Amino acid sequence: MVHVKTLQEAENEVIDEFSLFDDWMDKYEYLIEMGKSLKDYPEGKKTEDRLVKGCQSRVWVDFEYKDGRIFFNADSDAIITKGIISLLIRIYSGRTPAEILSSDFSVVEKIGLKENLSPTRANGLVSMIGKIREIAAENLAE
Amino acid sequence: MDQNSLRQLFPALGRKVYGKDLVYFDNAATIQRPHTVLDCWNGLALNSNANIHRAVHRMADEATEAYEQARLAVMDYIGASSREEIVFTSGATAAINLVAYSFGEKFVGEGDEILVTEGEHHSNIVPWQLLCERKRAVLKVIPVDDTGHMQTGKLRELCTPKTKLAAVTHISNVLGLVNPIGEIVDICHSKGVKVLVDGAQGIVHTRVDVRKLGCDFYVFSGHKVYAVPGTGVLYGKKEILEMMPPFMGGGEMVGTVRFSGTTFAPLPLKFEAGTQNFTGQATLKPALAIAAGISSDPELEKSGEDVKAYLYGALSRMDGLRMFGTTGDLSEKIPLFSFCIDGVHHEDLALVLDKMGIAVRSGQMCAEPLMDRFGVQGMLRVSLAPYNTMQEAEYFMKSLERAVRMLR
Repeated sequence: MVHVKTLQEAENEVIDEFSLFDDWMDKYEYLIEMGKSLKDYPEGKKTEDRLVKGCQSRVWVDFEYKDGRIFFNADSDAIITKGIISLLIRIYSGRTPAEILSSDFSVVEKIGLKENLSPTRANGLVSMIGKIREIAAENLAE
Repeated sequence: MDQNSLRQLFPALGRKVYGKDLVYFDNAATIQRPHTVLDCWNGLALNSNANIHRAVHRMADEATEAYEQARLAVMDYIGASSREEIVFTSGATAAINLVAYSFGEKFVGEGDEILVTEGEHHSNIVPWQLLCERKRAVLKVIPVDDTGHMQTGKLRELCTPKTKLAAVTHISNVLGLVNPIGEIVDICHSKGVKVLVDGAQGIVHTRVDVRKLGCDFYVFSGHKVYAVPGTGVLYGKKEILEMMPPFMGGGEMVGTVRFSGTTFAPLPLKFEAGTQNFTGQATLKPALAIAAGISSDPELEKSGEDVKAYLYGALSRMDGLRMFGTTGDLSEKIPLFSFCIDGVHHEDLALVLDKMGIAVRSGQMCAEPLMDRFGVQGMLRVSLAPYNTMQEAEYFMKSLERAVRMLR
């Protein structure tokens, strides 16, 4: 049986990857690649209710709840933002609501994302995390 | 004076960001401040912190003197007729709100009309919308054409006997085109319409003379013309300001106060209620001295023109770049360029350029109607000051091309 990474393992993996980069340009190159590799998000799901409030660029988050787990899909018109989302999806998609809610999301601070984004973008990141937590909380109640 | 000597006067320009030399191309948002301004600000805070106008002691005298000297410096700089025509405010936004409230209170009634242009900053739209809601007046919009030029011809049709005031930007903070204020004033005045000019960008990039412009009001923020934030000016023709009622009530702006009634101080103090930002406003004197020095220096004028022409040309030639505010005559364009690049988001560009040490602005620039006009979500804006060099401009172009390659 394939070993499914725990949330902690997935977080640590991302932190390890980012620790390889000294330069911010390299981190951005990496985020841009991740953004480009995010799977296609249907145009029809770019709706107002899926839009994350508080971002300078537009971000849509969609999810599917299956067998007790939440699978996220998302898109943005800005590629770096898309890279950040894809990072979050990699860690948090396919987890149970309880698992997601148990995370303190400190991974974004540990990879230096939060402090290196301008306040408006940091707010956007907080909003994205808020959306993920909100979706988890809604599905926990059911 | 050459640009290098000029740069020495601005301490912030010597700093590094992410280990790279700072290239500050966000001057339309706020400009950097010279030593003289910082010394004036600091000196007053350290040595002359006393409330202005009322007290008789020495320190209050010094503070009052600095504040009133700045008023005279503004008067001289923009060619106003008297000190009564110079009202200090916290910025251009506050000045526009003052006029929208006070002029509106006196002269605007139900069914009357106010004109703005499509190229306005939100600060020159929203106060008028609020006025129109309050008075059930009507806000009308003078459109811009596809090149970003205000359609001055439409102004004649839009001025009706109901029109009370036109609020027009001197230079749009997105398009960077100088509006023909003289012509606009002539048209408006021939129809009995007053004109307010938003000079937030105009005060830095043109040599403003309010008598030549002929406008009834001219407003600007200090922080865009080398002074400190929280400072600003409302110029108004004395006879109009005299007729306008006070905007805010409080200390300083009164003659006598009795519970049976209050009389008001003469201009300009009538509009300066409460303790003013005297340490800040005083910096307008050294700030405008720098501005005057720069605008009368042929060497700096030449370097500024060269950098502007280079960037305009280089950006225009760039593949997939769409510029907003275009012209065949660069004398009507300031060194401010807003654009979109196909297949690349403006926010991504700003983010990557930042890490290359370049400060630019991305987004809607407080001008959502203009974004709608051109059908875009936002733009990237680079705005230069006289201290920005050709070397910086060339580094910017190289960096922009690199950023586009990364992001596409």
